[in-house]
Amino acid sequence: MVYALVFVPLLFAVVGWGIKSRQRPLVLLAASLVHLVMSMMAMGVDQHPTDNGWLWLDPLGRIVLFCVSVLFSICAFYAVGYLRYYKRRPNRFLCVCMLICLAAMSLVTMAQHLGLFWVALETTTLTMAPLIYFNRNARSIEATWKYIMICSVGIAMALLGLMFLAYSTHVAHRDATLVLGKLIASAGDLNKAWLHAAFVFLLVGYGTKMGLAPLHAWKPDTYGEAPGIVGALLAGGLVSCSFLGLIRVYQVFLATGTGLVFFQKTLIGMGLLSMAIAGIFIAKQSDFKRLLAYSSVEHVGILAIGLGLGKGATFATLFHIINNGLTKGVLFLSAGNIHRSYSSKSVHEVRGALRRLPWSAGLFLAGFIAITGSPPFSPFISEFGIVTAAFEQNHVAVGVLFLFFLAVIFIGLARTILPVVLGDPPSDLPDSKYQDRLLTVAPLVLVMMIILVLGIWQPAFLLRLLKDGAAMLEVRS
Amino acid sequence: MELVQMPKNLFVADQLLVVVLLINFVMLGSNRLMFCIRAAATQGVILGILPGILHPFSFHITLITVLILVGKGIVIPGMIGKAVRDVQIKREFEPFLGYIPALILGAIMTAAAFVFAEKLPLSPEHENLLFVPASFSTLVAGFLILTTRRKAISQVIGYLVLENGIFIFGLLLSETMPVLVEAGMLLDLLVGVFVMAIVINHISREFSSTDTSRLRTLKEE
Repeated sequence: MVYALVFVPLLFAVVGWGIKSRQRPLVLLAASLVHLVMSMMAMGVDQHPTDNGWLWLDPLGRIVLFCVSVLFSICAFYAVGYLRYYKRRPNRFLCVCMLICLAAMSLVTMAQHLGLFWVALETTTLTMAPLIYFNRNARSIEATWKYIMICSVGIAMALLGLMFLAYSTHVAHRDATLVLGKLIASAGDLNKAWLHAAFVFLLVGYGTKMGLAPLHAWKPDTYGEAPGIVGALLAGGLVSCSFLGLIRVYQVFLATGTGLVFFQKTLIGMGLLSMAIAGIFIAKQSDFKRLLAYSSVEHVGILAIGLGLGKGATFATLFHIINNGLTKGVLFLSAGNIHRSYSSKSVHEVRGALRRLPWSAGLFLAGFIAITGSPPFSPFISEFGIVTAAFEQNHVAVGVLFLFFLAVIFIGLARTILPVVLGDPPSDLPDSKYQDRLLTVAPLVLVMMIILVLGIWQPAFLLRLLKDGAAMLEVRS
Repeated sequence: MELVQMPKNLFVADQLLVVVLLINFVMLGSNRLMFCIRAAATQGVILGILPGILHPFSFHITLITVLILVGKGIVIPGMIGKAVRDVQIKREFEPFLGYIPALILGAIMTAAAFVFAEKLPLSPEHENLLFVPASFSTLVAGFLILTTRRKAISQVIGYLVLENGIFIFGLLLSETMPVLVEAGMLLDLLVGVFVMAIVINHISREFSSTDTSRLRTLKEE
C-alpha cells in the first residue's frame, strides 16, 4: 500500500508527459491530491519493514512525508494558477519533473537501505535542475550550472561516505551491508576509523545538499533565480529529505555509542556557523528572494543544532522539520507573487506591496512573523523547545548564541521585509496585469492556518508521531 | 610486495589499476577535450572489466559488468562528446592552474594516497592491493580537473573522473552491493551528465562561450 506513494506520482508523470499542455497542471493537481490522501492514511498506521529490511515507512520517515506531501499539494494548486498566467511557456518539464521529484521524495522517506536512499536523494537533485532554468535567461542558467555541479559533487562525497560505512561493516563481519536495521544491530563492532571517515564524507555530502554553512554557496543563487514554486519545493521538501539523510547517519552513530559526541559537536558547530552567516548576509541583503535563501540557511542551522543537542531537543527538531517546510512554502510562493507583480525582487523598487497585492503581501508578512519564531505560530514552539533543551543540558553558550542570532536575524529580516510590505509604493510604477488570484493565494492561506493551528494545538496523531520519532533518536539504556 | 604469491586475477587487477592511474596523469596534462573524454571512457571500461576479474562468475557480476561497460564506456562519453561537437570547441583554454603544476600536484597527491592507504585498517584480503590508493588518487585527480579548468565540459569530465574514483572503492564491495542500487547509481550518473550536457549547450548559446568564469553575475553586492 505505501509503495503506491512512489508509483502513483510516476504513473501520473507518464500521463502528464503524453497529454496536452493545457490539462497538464490538472494532472499535477490530481496526483498531489491522491498522494496527500494516501500519506494521511499512512500517518496513523504503524508499518512493518519489508523482509529484506529495505523499505520501512518508520515514524521519522512519516514526519518528513507529512511535510513533503502537504507542501507538494500546495505547490500543485499554486502551479495551476501560475501556469495559467504563463500560458505560452512550455510546461511539460515543470509538471513531469515535479512529479518524478515527488516520487523520489516519497522513496527517500521510506528507504532503509542507505544506498537506495542515496539514489532517491540524488534523483530529487537532478529533477530540480531543469526547473531552476524555467525562466530561460542568463541568470537562471548560471544558477542551474552552479546548483547541478556543486550538488552533484557534494552528493558524490556522500556516496563515498556510504562506501566507507559499508566497508566498516565488511571489516567487522565480512558481510558488507547498508541496511539501516543491520547497521544499527551491529553498530558496536564496526570499525571506528572507517566509521569516522564515513561520517566526515556523509556530513559534507548531505550538508552540501541541505545548504549547511560553509557548504551553502549554491543556495542564494539558486533560490534567488528559481521560480517561487521551485524555491518552495527546494527549501521545504529537498531540505527536509537531506536532513533525513543526516538523521539516518545519526541513528547509526547513536547505536555505536562512542562516536556520537564528535558527530553532535560538529553538527552544533556547523549549525551555529550557518545561523551566524545567515545573520550577516540577511542584514545587508537587498534582494528578497536571496533573503529567503539565507533564512533557509539559518533554519537548516537550527535543525542541525537541534539534532546535535540530541536528547530533549529531538522532539522539537522533528517538529521543526514540518514547521520550517510549510512556512518556507508560504514565503517562497507569496514572494513569487510579489516578484511577478513588480517584475523586480530588489527592495529598492518593491515597496508597499500590501496596497498592490493585499493577500500575497499579507501572507508574506505573516510568513515572516512565523519564520522568525514569533508566537503564536508553530516555529515558535519548535525553536523554543530547542533553546530550552540547550539550557537544560548546560550548553549555555549554545543557547545564548542561538537566541542572539535569532534576534539579529529578526531585525535583519524586519528591516527588509517591512518596507516591502508596508511602505509607500513607488509613484512611477507601471500598472501590472498580475493580481492576486484564488489559486495562487487560497492554498497559502490554508497552510498559514495550519501553521497557526499547529502553534496552538497539535493533533494527537502528530504528537504520537513526533514522540515515536524522538524515541528513535534517543539512547536506549 | 610479494607479487609472486599473488593470485593471478588480483595481479591482473593491479595491472589494470596502474593503467587507471596513468590515465589520470594523461588527463591532467592534456588540453584536448575529445582526448580527455576518450581517456575517461577507457577508465570506465576498465572499471567495467574489473568486477569480472575479481569475483567468480555469477549473474549478478555479469549484470554489473554490462551496466558499467555500457554506461561509463559508451553512453556517458557519447553524451559529452556530442556536447563538445554541438558547442564546437576542441581545447581547454588557459586553465586556472597550468598543466605542469597540475601534474606535479597530481603526483604529490597520488604519493600521499599510497602513504595514506598503508595506514588504513583494511581487511586482510585487501592489503597490498592497489584499489584504495588508486581510488583516492583518481578522486583527487577528478577534483583537480573539476576545480582548475575553465571550460564547462572539462568540469564535467572532472566530475566523471571523480565518480570513477568512488567506483574503484566500490569494487571492494561489488559482490555485496545489490544490482538495483548499483544500477540506480549509474542511472543517476547518466541522467546527471545528460542534464549537464544540456545546460552546457544553453550556456554556450546564452554567453557565446562555455567559459564558466563568465558565470559571475550572481553574487552578493
